[in-house]
Amino acid sequence: MFNYFANPTRYLRLISKLQPIAMVVTILTIGAGLYYALFKSPPDYQQSETVRMMYVHVPAAWMAMFCYVGLACSSAVALIWRHMVADIVAKSTAPIGACFTFLALATGSLWGKPMWGTWWVWDARLTSVLILFFLYLGYMVLYNAFDEPTRGARAAAILSIVGVINVPIIKFSVDWWNTLHQPASVVKMDGPAVHPSMLTPLLLMAVGYTALYFWILFIRTRAELNANKVRALRIRQAEG
Amino acid sequence: MMKRKHRRLSFVALGILVLAAAAALILTAFEDNIVFFHSPTEIVEKFAKHELRPEQRLRIGGLVEEGSVSKTADGATTRFKVTDLNKSVVVEFRGLLPDLFREGQGIVAEGHYNNAIFTAREVLAKHDETYMPPEVAEALKKSGQWKPAEKKK
Repeated sequence: MFNYFANPTRYLRLISKLQPIAMVVTILTIGAGLYYALFKSPPDYQQSETVRMMYVHVPAAWMAMFCYVGLACSSAVALIWRHMVADIVAKSTAPIGACFTFLALATGSLWGKPMWGTWWVWDARLTSVLILFFLYLGYMVLYNAFDEPTRGARAAAILSIVGVINVPIIKFSVDWWNTLHQPASVVKMDGPAVHPSMLTPLLLMAVGYTALYFWILFIRTRAELNANKVRALRIRQAEG
Repeated sequence: MMKRKHRRLSFVALGILVLAAAAALILTAFEDNIVFFHSPTEIVEKFAKHELRPEQRLRIGGLVEEGSVSKTADGATTRFKVTDLNKSVVVEFRGLLPDLFREGQGIVAEGHYNNAIFTAREVLAKHDETYMPPEVAEALKKSGQWKPAEKKK
């Protein structure tokens, strides 16, 4: 399968079919999710209306980790199999993941002030997510730091694979150490601790964010592949 | 060609394993520095063994003991007990408390522990991972199925 999609034309053909689906799913689920989250779902017994921050914050944090795993996996494929499309996918995922991480940090901060009484604390969960944000930034900087693009791609791929160690640390930080951040509510051994009336909009938003990621990814990868084509044509022209 | 691919694959796999082991060792070694707060039991025991000193700034975390919240004579200082259901420590705090602060609530306070009193500079509220509408919480309390937030450890 890797080899099949190593051909950019095949990949482009596939994503031109998937892109409208991703777009429709994004608009429908985020639309319905926001409506449920803001109007239909009940306030929380402890946090009252402030709980609505959860519907933007939690899926963003999930996506921050999801994108990073995607980034590290496609980097590994690009590095090991010299797979051009995987490299493009990794390069295009990084800014999207960085945006989701920033969104998780910013909304978490806005939520932390009214509930915990502070914008920021250096507990294990918050700190490890901040490190994730810096890993994304480091990846993007390193990728563009070399005159020869393939060297940058390789260095950045290695950085992203090294950084994947941080993902389980983020996930389990709230179980391994005592933190101000509460433990997991949804992905845990004995089932979600979120009432169904609140879980519905949360999961709708999660599906919406995932579809949004793929939608943007398809647009970005197509743009990158076209830019590569233009670059190749220019080089051929210059060589006459 | 095949050989090169396989060498790169095993190199990456081995690299991840070594890194994971290194990360595990580092995190275990620094465990005491990564924890955000100490439980009342830990604080009492560590002070008894002189592992912590009064001039050290530290954080205490636990539940606000039921019926322990009171104002002192100056009217601005709140005095309450923080408990981990084993030992409890008296905390004094002068300032605004977060909205979630109430008896039975999890809190984290930062300050100094001296002469069996924890003088806090900052009090943060910690909530648990359960989310539900107020009616459901009421119904659970009525039917006796309410499980108050249990502190870990």
